[in-house]
Amino acid sequence: MSNWLDKIVPSLIRSETKKKQDIPEGLWKKCPKCEAVLYRPELDKNLNVCPKCDHHMRLRARKRLELFLDPDNRIEIGADVEPVDRLKFRDSKKYKDRLSAAQKGTGEKDALVAMRGEVEGVPLVAVAFEFSFLGGSMGAVVGERFVRAVNVCLEQRLPLICFAASGGARMQEALFSLMQMAKTSAALEKMKAEGIPYISVLTDPVFGGVSASLAMLGDLNVAEPNALIGFAGPRVIEQTVREKLPEGFQRSEFLLDHGAVDMILPREQMRERLAAILRKLQSLPAA
Amino acid sequence: MNPNYLDFEQPIAELEAKIEELRLVGEDSEINISDEIERLQQKNVALTEQVFSDLSAWQVAQVARHPQRPYTLDYVKHMIEDFDELHGDRHFADDAAIVGGIGRLEGQPVMVIGHQKGREVKEKVRRNFGMPRPEGYRKALRLMEMAERFKMPIITFIDTPGAYPGIDAEERGQSEAIAYNLAVMSRLKTPIISTVVGEGGSGGALAIGVCDQLLMLQYGTYSVISPEGCASILWKSAERASDAAKAMGITSGRLHELGLVDKVVPEPLGGAHRDVPLMAASLKQQLIETLDQLQALSMDELLQKRYDRLMSYGIA
Repeated sequence: MSNWLDKIVPSLIRSETKKKQDIPEGLWKKCPKCEAVLYRPELDKNLNVCPKCDHHMRLRARKRLELFLDPDNRIEIGADVEPVDRLKFRDSKKYKDRLSAAQKGTGEKDALVAMRGEVEGVPLVAVAFEFSFLGGSMGAVVGERFVRAVNVCLEQRLPLICFAASGGARMQEALFSLMQMAKTSAALEKMKAEGIPYISVLTDPVFGGVSASLAMLGDLNVAEPNALIGFAGPRVIEQTVREKLPEGFQRSEFLLDHGAVDMILPREQMRERLAAILRKLQSLPAA
Repeated sequence: MNPNYLDFEQPIAELEAKIEELRLVGEDSEINISDEIERLQQKNVALTEQVFSDLSAWQVAQVARHPQRPYTLDYVKHMIEDFDELHGDRHFADDAAIVGGIGRLEGQPVMVIGHQKGREVKEKVRRNFGMPRPEGYRKALRLMEMAERFKMPIITFIDTPGAYPGIDAEERGQSEAIAYNLAVMSRLKTPIISTVVGEGGSGGALAIGVCDQLLMLQYGTYSVISPEGCASILWKSAERASDAAKAMGITSGRLHELGLVDKVVPEPLGGAHRDVPLMAASLKQQLIETLDQLQALSMDELLQKRYDRLMSYGIA
């Protein structure tokens, strides 16, 4: 696409049109990994995992929780916490405008959804990052909602499961966003002191301030297959060390090899396996 | 260009060179030029005051990274007596980008931990430009837990561009090392005072910066990402670093206004490097006062305050 068009057409619209050129109708989706053209209802039934190459495509936060939690007894936590632009931050766009665009685009107020619910009858609190909301970045709302979820866990002695998908801290909230790392980590330390389980599930991708705080602090750290996970992004590392990164660098399997995660779980096993683990950690009878 | 002066300090450098020249001439000649030197020195003070009275956020970032800026071990030398540096994380290595050890602050035993940059090329490389690897954070954690056991307050000095973004750092769990420090520091049963003495670079800074009181030198900076990094992502150009520095509010004054920094410690005219003993003395005074206030609290009060403070971040 020519440069002048790049400049005047907002990027979201651009990628939409591009998709339409590649794929016949909205009923079809191309796997970003193996490029197989997939029938959407089929893909949905397969939890957004490519049936051809097993690639775990990203899931929206609400969809993630809907698939993970039992259908009954769900209560959302912290939905009333909404973002405020305290710094009146402005780069090439106003932060305020970026926020409203993200809210319109995702239907979410910010990048984390938290719910109390059950998984195979085990009561728990689950939170999920919305990567489509400013790259799942952690600002004050994400931090506050996460802490409120932790507080529900502490009050009701419920385990916590977090599905992380985030580029890191939210730059537009500057130092306030950095402090969310300390805030969420401190809250998790209370859970540890109380002996309440916390499982961190790392999904594609997890980087920066989210990786270097709540996402790595699980009693168990679990990854979805082939997720990209690290502190610094691959491009930054490449520029710093000026060498080619090893094959499979920062993928789930790399993290398992290096001792950063306990296991890799395919999406279809997530409910069953995590429920069984939580039963053991809480001395509940087997299902 | 004098490499020991920043771009915007060059007029000061020129004036100082002139004064120095006059001094040399004065020594050789019969003519008394001390009046002229005196006049120029006054002019120099006025000029420096003027230049430093209105620094932009980006200029402050330059001062924070000034090649002559005092580093952790300079402060240790000037304010800590009887210092023993301790080494290693007991697992993998000793990271020279973070230093730590036990010493005395006005007689009281304390644990001192800080980022350490190098002065000469070789030393810079050895210190990895003050960018720690996981073993640096794990050494810091080991020393902090030791401080808790022996009831020593912890004094940290923050001065890093950020945690090292390298292949080896990723392999050894950079994220986990930082995260674990954040979690543990929130509950350590001993007072923690952190001071941003230079650059507070993101998670790599915070990993030794969870504290009861946060001090910041006047020309220090503290931010979630470097101005260059922010500019290259949000403006798609590292050239816009000065805009990014301004937008993020990385200076001590702004952060104090926002309630994120407790005390700003004024620097000598022209920055900390112009008078290191003076800088160290006034920071030492602040540390002693702050520590007195923290030690007046019971342990439960101290920990509750630390936790409440962490929970208050970002909620208006």
